[in-house]
Amino acid sequence: MEGGYTGRYLAVDLAEQTWAVEETPEDLCNEFLGGRGFGVAMLRGHITKDPFSPDMPLIIATGPLVGTPSPTSGRFSVISRSPLTGTVFDCSVGGRFGTRLKKVGFDFVVFTGTSPDWVRVDITREGVVFNPAHELAGLSTGEVMKHLDKDLSYGLIGPAGERFVSFASIVFDGHYLAGRGGLGAVMGAKHLKLITVRGDGAVRVYSEEKLKKARENVMRLLRATPAIFGEFGLSNFGTAALVDLIHARRMEPTMNFRQSFFPDSGKYSGYRMKTVYDTKKTGCAGCPILCKKQGSGGEVIPEFETASHFGALNENNDLSSIVEANHLCNDYGLDTISTASTIACYSEIQGRSFSPEELLSHIKLIGEREGIGDALAEGSLRYAGSQGVPELSMTVKGLELPAYDPRGAYGMALAYATSNRGACHLRAYPISYEILRKPVAVNRFSFEGKARMVKISEDMNAVIDSLTACKFVFFGASLEEYAEVLNAVTGTSHDVQSLLAIGERIWDIEREMNRMNGFTWKDDNLPERFFREAGYEDEKVVIPPIDRDAFLDALRRYYRIRGYEESTE
Amino acid sequence: MKNLLNKYLRKLSLQGLARPEDIAFLGIDDQVFIAGGLLDKKPLLREPLLEVTERMNINSLLLAIPTEPMRSIIDELLHWGRTGNGLLLPRDTETRTFLHDIPVVTGLKPDDIVEALSHRKSVIVESMGGIVTYGTISPEQAFVFMSSTCFSLFVKYFHDHLKYLKETKGRDEYAEARMRRFRMIGRMVNPPDRRGIDYSPLESEDVHKAIVAAGKLLVEKGLVDSYFGNISAFRDGIIYISETASSLEELEDAIDEVPMDGSSSVGITASSELPAHRAVYGKGRHRFILHGHPRFTVIGSMLCERDCDDPDLCYRGCPEEREICGVPIVSGEVGAGPYGIVNTVPRALESTDAVIVYGHGIFTAGEDSFRMPFMKMMEIERYAMEEYFRQVDAFHQKR
Ligand SMILES: [Zn+2]
Repeated sequence: MEGGYTGRYLAVDLAEQTWAVEETPEDLCNEFLGGRGFGVAMLRGHITKDPFSPDMPLIIATGPLVGTPSPTSGRFSVISRSPLTGTVFDCSVGGRFGTRLKKVGFDFVVFTGTSPDWVRVDITREGVVFNPAHELAGLSTGEVMKHLDKDLSYGLIGPAGERFVSFASIVFDGHYLAGRGGLGAVMGAKHLKLITVRGDGAVRVYSEEKLKKARENVMRLLRATPAIFGEFGLSNFGTAALVDLIHARRMEPTMNFRQSFFPDSGKYSGYRMKTVYDTKKTGCAGCPILCKKQGSGGEVIPEFETASHFGALNENNDLSSIVEANHLCNDYGLDTISTASTIACYSEIQGRSFSPEELLSHIKLIGEREGIGDALAEGSLRYAGSQGVPELSMTVKGLELPAYDPRGAYGMALAYATSNRGACHLRAYPISYEILRKPVAVNRFSFEGKARMVKISEDMNAVIDSLTACKFVFFGASLEEYAEVLNAVTGTSHDVQSLLAIGERIWDIEREMNRMNGFTWKDDNLPERFFREAGYEDEKVVIPPIDRDAFLDALRRYYRIRGYEESTE
Repeated sequence: MKNLLNKYLRKLSLQGLARPEDIAFLGIDDQVFIAGGLLDKKPLLREPLLEVTERMNINSLLLAIPTEPMRSIIDELLHWGRTGNGLLLPRDTETRTFLHDIPVVTGLKPDDIVEALSHRKSVIVESMGGIVTYGTISPEQAFVFMSSTCFSLFVKYFHDHLKYLKETKGRDEYAEARMRRFRMIGRMVNPPDRRGIDYSPLESEDVHKAIVAAGKLLVEKGLVDSYFGNISAFRDGIIYISETASSLEELEDAIDEVPMDGSSSVGITASSELPAHRAVYGKGRHRFILHGHPRFTVIGSMLCERDCDDPDLCYRGCPEEREICGVPIVSGEVGAGPYGIVNTVPRALESTDAVIVYGHGIFTAGEDSFRMPFMKMMEIERYAMEEYFRQVDAFHQKR
């Protein structure tokens, strides 16, 4: 490679407290690009191991664009096997950590083994230093961060990860999360409390001139995209801009998905949070959009999914408790979506809704694994199963659904089902065309043509996660422009079709990994509720239950398009 | 998939772009569906089209041989309208932001089609006078690219013909033949028909109904190709506006309600011209706005006498003060950027009820209903067309 990659990666053995610098294979770059692709490739041969086994790798991988002036190139991926879902699992994360890792000279890091005691790993240009971290154990992420150098980048777990909460997160640089799937618990199982990286080297670029031109092509499209830079776009309101829209489309998961409309969501809308907290923009290294919002008092403003799930899903209209819930989840190192959804599931089983105070106290119980929190820490599927009502867990493959009700967007319904990591909105993000009308609007209440749309989108997003770019950019730009960016950085000659072929390769390997762990077509399904109960109805809008036959028909088409042999019999 | 293909097949035919028997519309899901009758007439085209669908990661492919006058227009443009490297380069705004340019291939060879469509949204097949487009998410994209390509070629033909007459005074050796074909083409073009229009739905008290009716009428009268243009009304602090990527003749479920004070972000899906509409309402004079792309108004806006250093930049910063039918022409790019029409259109509408945007279209505005803005747009287009042919005829007579 002429640029983009550092050509080296780091293999860290936590049991022996040793490390080695290895060469990044050229084939790996050609066939898997980076990020999620690297992780998936490196997990082959390990995927059937227990997520908490010392031999299970935990991988942090950057992409070829990271550390270069490419637009939105500050992202990276964390990959392992999820203790929540049992599937292969990757999280795309923002912040500065990926950029620093690249600049210290590594394309990715693989952690294996279990440290005898809690350990802190410092990555520098010279290599790895293992420091005892016994005194950090039990501390919240906020407390640990207080003691860290401001110019360090870091990833760490909170008490939840230490206690194997199956949806524990890893917190990077204050508030960038490897949120979903419990990778924080995988880190906890390795007795790895904290990773820091300090680096300011340069990443080589094949052609600065071509990169400048390709970058401008992307930027022009972003400026012309209202969803990004428009007066109501992400740059202005953050992802919370979606609260009003999803509310207006009556697909706002409410009361554990018993309804799809919550009258009070205006109390925590993007506009409301911007006004109440007087927010300013912040975001990942090298990002022009800066979709993260921070209050003037330093409050981390919740993302759309977090606001909606601690709001509508739990029938809560109290803004300050939503912001506090987000803060508590970050402090304990908990995935906000799974935490909120598991509490909503518990609430339905209990037959009553919780006050804002109860909501917050349940988060603490989960983070501490105390009282009922110990059972809830296993996730809603295991908890509801233990109570004999697994159908009240709003999950696919054990992962709790985010804040787009599938009854309000059928491509999203299909994509939740086929996702390789469980109910995730970002594997295909059909919301882009079903709700945001980008690049074109499609009928959200029909499965017509959706199987192929979802397949193409899944491949495309596997490419984006491997590049490692930001999904929001693709409301405006397309892989055409990003192929040019990639070629300018690395000297390759990719086009849209060659990139999509890589995406398909990654997807199919993930699918095969899940098959090896016993997943079948029966796991490509939605909770029963969505096929039986309507979400909302008034004289103008009806959100009916999904027709199961139409859903299954779309699923069969999807398998045929993918070339999978599943029969759905 | 079959339903979607048939829907857009109907639209192609309703908008006078191509007849069903001249269309091959391939939709790819888990199998390939084909709509339109072209492959029944010409079965040999089937294999190359199927090969293209296999080689590209797309969900639809559209080959259409347009009806008259587009068929003759394409013929003419292939004859004398190409750039040095053989492609067609229209200069209107739709082309600039959307298509960039329109490549030409000699025949329906899969290699050539795949190559052209890897870089551009449409390609002209010279041997049959057809146009090929595609979609990645929906057949609607293929339809929109087709419609947009035809619009751009139409504007280019009429614009270039008058420019040619002005430059040569109609005295070069090709003039005779070109004028003969021009008269033939010109006879097939009609101004918007104002007979028998029921204006009452435009005046409906129900804002939604009024917008829906206005959208249908704009498309029916050919004042906009359906996917472009936008419509809004302002009442009680709320802007009711057509959504981005909506078809103006089907706005029933595609109207956003955007509070003027910015207190809700539902406008994230509104037309990309929302900032311009909002700024107009902010000036307090108007409560109803129509935006269309009537063809001869667009053509007229680009027929500037002034000799600019870089005519390529006229669209966003024309220094000339011009007008058509008393309506001022301004410049500006789509959206709210530094060259955006949000800076020019609202200012112009402070003192008038209509403004034309260079190479792009027209905004008309009113106080009581969509009736006056609609009539105004239609009259301006009729005038622009008459004026165009008057200018052409002046050259014909001179000869
Ligand atoms: Zn326009």
